[in-house]
Amino acid sequence: MFKILFLLFAGIGVGYAFRRVSFLHKVETTISLTVFFMLFVFGLSIGSNDKLMDNLGKYGYQAFILALFGVVGSLLASYLAYRFVFKKGGHNDK
Amino acid sequence: MTSSVIVLLLFALGGVAGMCHFIPQHWLSSNLPMTILSVLIFQVGISIGSNKNLKEMIRGVSLKMLLVPLSTIAGTLAFSVLASLLISQWGMADCLAVGSGFAYYSLSSVLITEMKEASVGIQVATELGTLALLANIIREMMSLLGAPIFSRFFGKLAPISAAGINSMDVLLPMITRCSGKHMVPLAILHGIILELTVPFLVSFFCKM
Repeated sequence: MFKILFLLFAGIGVGYAFRRVSFLHKVETTISLTVFFMLFVFGLSIGSNDKLMDNLGKYGYQAFILALFGVVGSLLASYLAYRFVFKKGGHNDK
Repeated sequence: MTSSVIVLLLFALGGVAGMCHFIPQHWLSSNLPMTILSVLIFQVGISIGSNKNLKEMIRGVSLKMLLVPLSTIAGTLAFSVLASLLISQWGMADCLAVGSGFAYYSLSSVLITEMKEASVGIQVATELGTLALLANIIREMMSLLGAPIFSRFFGKLAPISAAGINSMDVLLPMITRCSGKHMVPLAILHGIILELTVPFLVSFFCKM
C-alpha cells in the first residue's frame, strides 16, 4: 500500500512540476493503454493458473453470486450516501 | 463504454493465451503485474498533478468522505448475508469473510485459508480460500466493466464503492473518467480505509 501511495504522490509531484509541458497532458491516453495491457496480463496470470481454472467450474457460481451481491450492496449503500449526504451538500457534485 | 469492451476482450484473450500456456511462465512470476500497476499509478499521479484544478481538489477533502467506505462495508456485508441464503455449502460467517475481501483477492484468499485451517482443516480452508480468490477477482472485473453504468444509475460514488480496495489503484483511471477528477482524493481514501479493514473483518468472520 505504501508503495502505491508513494508512487502516486511522486507522480503528482512530477505532474505538478511539469504541468506546463503539453506532452504530459497526453498521459490520459497512455493510462488507457496501460490499463489494457494490465488486464491482458491479469487474464494471462489467471488463465495459466491451472488450479484456479479447474476450480472455476466448481466454485464459479458461488463466486459469481458473492461478487454480484457485494457489488449490488455497495451500489445501493453508496447511492443512499450520495443522495442524502453528498448531493445535498453539493460541493462534491459538479 | 467502448473501453470496457476492449478491457473485457483483452482480459479474455489473456485468459485464453494463459490457458494454452502460450506465454512463458517466468514472465508472470517476474512481478510483471506489480510493475504494470506501478507504472499505471505513477501516470495517474502525473495526470492529477498536472491538473489545473489540483488546489480545489485538495480543498474538497472533508470528514463526510469517511461515509463512503462505511457505506461500502455496510452494503457489502448486508448483501453477503443475503448471498449466503443462496449458497448452501457455506455458512453465513464464511460468506461474510469472503465478502470482506472487498475485491482484495490476493490478501483475502491467503488470510481465509490460514485462519480457517485451525478450525476446519486444510482441505476445507483451501476451498474457501479459492472461493474468496474467485469471488474477489470477479468483483474486480465487475467494477471495472460496470463503472460507466454504475455512475449513471447510482451516482458518482457508485464506481468507488463497487471497486472496494481497488478504488485506490486499478480502478482509479476508470473512476476519474466516470465520476470526475474531483473524486480522486475520495477514491484513494476509500481504498486505504478498506485495505486497513480487510484483515480485521476477515479474521473476525473466520473466527465466528
